[in-house]
Amino acid sequence: MEFITSNLPYLLAGISVGGQYALIAIGYTMVYGILRLINFAHGDIFMVAGFLMVYLSATLPIYVSLPLVILITVLLGFVVERVAYKPLRTAPRMSIMISAIGVSYLLQNCAFYFTSGLAKQYPVIPGISSSVAIAGATTKLVTLVTPVLTIVLVVVLVLLIKYTKIGMAMRAVSRDFETSQLMGIKINSVISTTFIIGSLLAAVASILYFSNYSTVTPTSGAMPGLKAFVAAVFGGIGSIPGAVVGAFIIGICENIIKGLGLTTFSDAFTFALLIIILVAKPTGLFGEKFTDKV
Amino acid sequence: MSTKKKLIYTIAALAALFIILTLCEQLLPASSMLFIVLKKGAIYALVAVSMNLVNGFTGLFSLGQAGFMLIGAYTYAIFTIPLKEHAAVYQYFDGGIIQFTVPILVALVMAGLAAAIFAFLIGLPVLRLKSDYLAIATLGFAEIIRAFFQWDAFGPVTNASNLLRKFPTFDTVYFPFIVSGICIAVIVLLINSSYGRAFKAIRDDEIAAEAMGINLAKHKQMSFTISSFFAGIGGALLAMYQTTVQAGAFKSSMTYELLLIVVIGGLGSVSGSVLASFLFIAASEWWLRFLDTDTYIGAFKVPLLGSGFRMVVFSVIIMIVVLFYRQGIMGDKEFSFGAFGDIRRFFRKRFGRKEVTK
Repeated sequence: MEFITSNLPYLLAGISVGGQYALIAIGYTMVYGILRLINFAHGDIFMVAGFLMVYLSATLPIYVSLPLVILITVLLGFVVERVAYKPLRTAPRMSIMISAIGVSYLLQNCAFYFTSGLAKQYPVIPGISSSVAIAGATTKLVTLVTPVLTIVLVVVLVLLIKYTKIGMAMRAVSRDFETSQLMGIKINSVISTTFIIGSLLAAVASILYFSNYSTVTPTSGAMPGLKAFVAAVFGGIGSIPGAVVGAFIIGICENIIKGLGLTTFSDAFTFALLIIILVAKPTGLFGEKFTDKV
Repeated sequence: MSTKKKLIYTIAALAALFIILTLCEQLLPASSMLFIVLKKGAIYALVAVSMNLVNGFTGLFSLGQAGFMLIGAYTYAIFTIPLKEHAAVYQYFDGGIIQFTVPILVALVMAGLAAAIFAFLIGLPVLRLKSDYLAIATLGFAEIIRAFFQWDAFGPVTNASNLLRKFPTFDTVYFPFIVSGICIAVIVLLINSSYGRAFKAIRDDEIAAEAMGINLAKHKQMSFTISSFFAGIGGALLAMYQTTVQAGAFKSSMTYELLLIVVIGGLGSVSGSVLASFLFIAASEWWLRFLDTDTYIGAFKVPLLGSGFRMVVFSVIIMIVVLFYRQGIMGDKEFSFGAFGDIRRFFRKRFGRKEVTK
């Protein structure tokens, strides 16, 4: 019992962070599934959403700024795809990835310019920022909200992909880019939708994540972004339930390692896990086995 | 152009470079921005060329460069801090456990070797992966290395997350130029050798290369290890330039910067990488500086200018290059003295014709 009470905070934090990673990871996994692109800018879109909330909530009431943050983030994701990735559709995969790195560099530098590089205090959002006590462990309410919200959003997303027309189009495009184009699927609108969904979830994740950590800096998107990507690979890239399971596992493991007093290694662990997975089972936990198209 | 002529031109160009550097040293004040550009540019040129060897010539998308530079920087620093400074530098670790020093040049080679050994070990599992998985795995390794160097248990060697300092540094611009120059020359020789041709074959078509009898694993491993060797030396030079080393500085953003340099210069062009390094450093450290300070024309404050605006403009320029000039400055071509001849012929043709029409 003592073991549980002493470790419960870490476990709770792990589940909460895992949920937030999951929401980011979906953005990675969907984009990778369709474009075969590691969207390095995704973590920075998540960071920008954090700053938007800081600035918008300074002047607007919370019930206006929340939807506005989500809307602007979605718009940003859409614009990034149109400006930086669409012109490179026929280019080699390396160029488009370099373009993604360039966007990430640009977003970080813009954030640095607008904030003068200072960490900003994230606003208190009523309902999720207050503290609660569970079995003797004090935590923020966001810890409990995150897993529930994550699972609801994922279920909605899976239903969307399974039963709607656009979902079917997405599945087709991720199967075979060229053939689906020949079948009359408007590839650009499918890709845009993917980025819109990804950015939407990233915005939600940023609201949850920064409510928990309470400060935003221009580089605070990089690490969660990379970890979410690792989660996506761990679960099997292209698979949404895989990304969610992977994210929860990584979030929990990371916090248990922090609990053991090895904080320096919480990031290193994630990458070690990534390399083991890539070498041992490159398709991940739930990944489909597909042959390499050369 | 004959090899003899080429040799003469090369020697002449090197002599000219030497004279220019000497003139700069003698005439300009030591605080001039030009020295920062020259020193840092030379170091970045070496690292960018080493990155180009893997990414541009062998076609392996590796993002581990910052990690290998970190190993090089630390190896150099650890083995050259004078013994009498140990108590001050390793103040939390009883003066450290490495109680000897080696000469600077030996330490530079050791820096390269340490990075190469790590790269070899990392390459064994990782180089089997394909393009973007390789990128993310090497990026991950760089992060793991960074975490290990900051670990308290290694404190007696690496000083944990504290600074390493007081190791010998350089103050002339010759040193980074000579070291980088020799290293880049070795890389160029390697690229022009049969190994280099094998690398290019692997880049262009792995299956065809394998069918031609090129051992893929061996050559990939070789390119990766050699590139890391030079990245290690580059890291050591960077440590000398900065006069202090801390693992926290070798983040993935450093790798991204290097990658952008390589892309701006042209993937697969050594001279492009060198040129782009100097341009990149000059633009980011010097030419665009004015964007960072508030400027007033009379009572009118020029809008937008302010801390950080330089990097915004800079990253926009980079995005334009990435999107619209995908080939970079040099594409996959190299600088050659023959190009001057081409330009001369071009102008003669142009203006020659004009004379005729008169």
